[in-house]
Amino acid sequence: MSLASLSVSELRCKLRSRETSPVEALNALEARIGKVDPVVHGYLSRDYATARALAEKADVNLPLGGVPIAIKDVINVKGEPCSCGSKILDGYTANYDATVIKLLRAAGAIPFGRCNMDEFAMGSSTENSAFGRSCNPWDPSRVPGGSSGGSAAVVAANEAFAALGSDTGGSIRQPAALCGCVGLKPTYGRVSRFGLVAFASSLDQIGPFTKTVEDAALLLNAISGRDPLDSTSVDEPVPDYTAKLGQDLKGVKLGMPKEYFIGGIDPQVDAAVRAAIRHYESLGAEIVEVSLPNTEHAVGVYYIIATAEASANLARFDGVRYGSRAGNANLLEMYGQTRGQGFGPEVKRRIILGTYVLSSGYYDAFYLRAQKVRTLIRRDFMSAFEKVDAIICPTTPEPAFKAGDRSDDPLKMYLADIFTIACNLAGTCGMSLPCGFAETDGKKLPIGLQLIGQPFQEARLLQIAHAYEQSTDWHKSVAPV
Amino acid sequence: MSDQFDVRYIAQLARLDLSAEEITKFQSQLGQVLSHVEKLKQVDVSGVEPTAHANHVVNVFRADEPRDWFTPADALSNAPRSANGLFIVPKVIE
Repeated sequence: MSLASLSVSELRCKLRSRETSPVEALNALEARIGKVDPVVHGYLSRDYATARALAEKADVNLPLGGVPIAIKDVINVKGEPCSCGSKILDGYTANYDATVIKLLRAAGAIPFGRCNMDEFAMGSSTENSAFGRSCNPWDPSRVPGGSSGGSAAVVAANEAFAALGSDTGGSIRQPAALCGCVGLKPTYGRVSRFGLVAFASSLDQIGPFTKTVEDAALLLNAISGRDPLDSTSVDEPVPDYTAKLGQDLKGVKLGMPKEYFIGGIDPQVDAAVRAAIRHYESLGAEIVEVSLPNTEHAVGVYYIIATAEASANLARFDGVRYGSRAGNANLLEMYGQTRGQGFGPEVKRRIILGTYVLSSGYYDAFYLRAQKVRTLIRRDFMSAFEKVDAIICPTTPEPAFKAGDRSDDPLKMYLADIFTIACNLAGTCGMSLPCGFAETDGKKLPIGLQLIGQPFQEARLLQIAHAYEQSTDWHKSVAPV
Repeated sequence: MSDQFDVRYIAQLARLDLSAEEITKFQSQLGQVLSHVEKLKQVDVSGVEPTAHANHVVNVFRADEPRDWFTPADALSNAPRSANGLFIVPKVIE
């Protein structure tokens, strides 16, 4: 077995026993990337020289000592590009580290490689990247999901041991499901957003992509905690997220939201998720039906709130302080042309929608109303959590779709996020883990099981996920790329 | 809905130049999205407080003290145009 296919925890053991070294681990990635990334296109750039210098002096006794971690191109790493998949930031070089990067470095990890993404994290397929789409390692004619599609694809293709992504409406969990890896979106406020280029500030959260549940716990251990530079980060104690792994599921209650098991789900996805639920019963968990009555409104609420926040956040790309500039006759021409030429179609669509719902006369009808319905969605979750420890459901209604299938139908693309969006609106934690495969056109396509946990109860969520993973073999399947 | 929703006007508010093709396309695509969003008008939200943030946060303050941070050179390092330690922009005042 190649070094590149190891999990973080396996690599850590081999590094500590001196069976291998951080430089050898990096060399193994370089060989693997050279072989498969021309097909996958999960990376936008890689800086081997900087990573090798860090690997040579890495302290392997630290929690993530000497482990290279791939980073979505929306998180600032000092000295590296941070294009956000956008032409407007082509050529930008970050001159500071995001807090999560500082924390990864403190844990001994080596930030290595910039992962492709939908422009400014807006999309569900990575087709909105200005630098070409990424491919699903299980079937390159299909999308890896998005917006963190590059992060998911490089982990699934063994081009990375683990990666960081960001999740605003499912951008970690949906690509993790479509690529067959583990993806965790922490509770809002669990992880600092400082240095994450903002899309929708009340929804964005950084989280890990990993090959195993234990690895997700190891990464969350490193990146969690209150940060004075992000005033929305919360001063909750950070437990050891590996501590509950291996505990049994006696007394654990899982809720099946009846609104999530209705028509429109691919039959193979439905069957795999129902089989996973029966498996949980056999492990001793109790399955309870719960109701999230405002589910049907989640996509509508999300596309008002997220676009409104995006239209304000993206106002900073004006050609003055960073990024490209076009038009020089006067200030208005410069703003209009810089943004008109620098942004791609999906970003423009969302800026228009967000500006509209915030504009005079429409604010109350759209934005304020959406915020009120958001309250109802959050209440749905909080009352479900009075009865259950976690909610269990599909991550996506369908496995990976063909590239080009939805790129010109925004509404259809938006509806792909129907099961992941409500978790961000409620502000709680959620994760996706592999639970089977769909057979389509003779190809195996991964299916994701979503678990949504109570706010700040990531340790419980990881315990529940780990029990399933360790008693099934799905995570051992390797993408054929 | 779509008669009030004027992409050309919104684009001006957003300082975003769009081509004629983009205006036509967005008008129809976003019209569909807005009809989907219309469903929210059926929800009874009387007496419901809006949620701006998932966690209830009030203002967070820190001491207003100088600290090590960007130098002027750092701040200008990605500027499309700069000179004499300043961002250069087109003339603003005639």
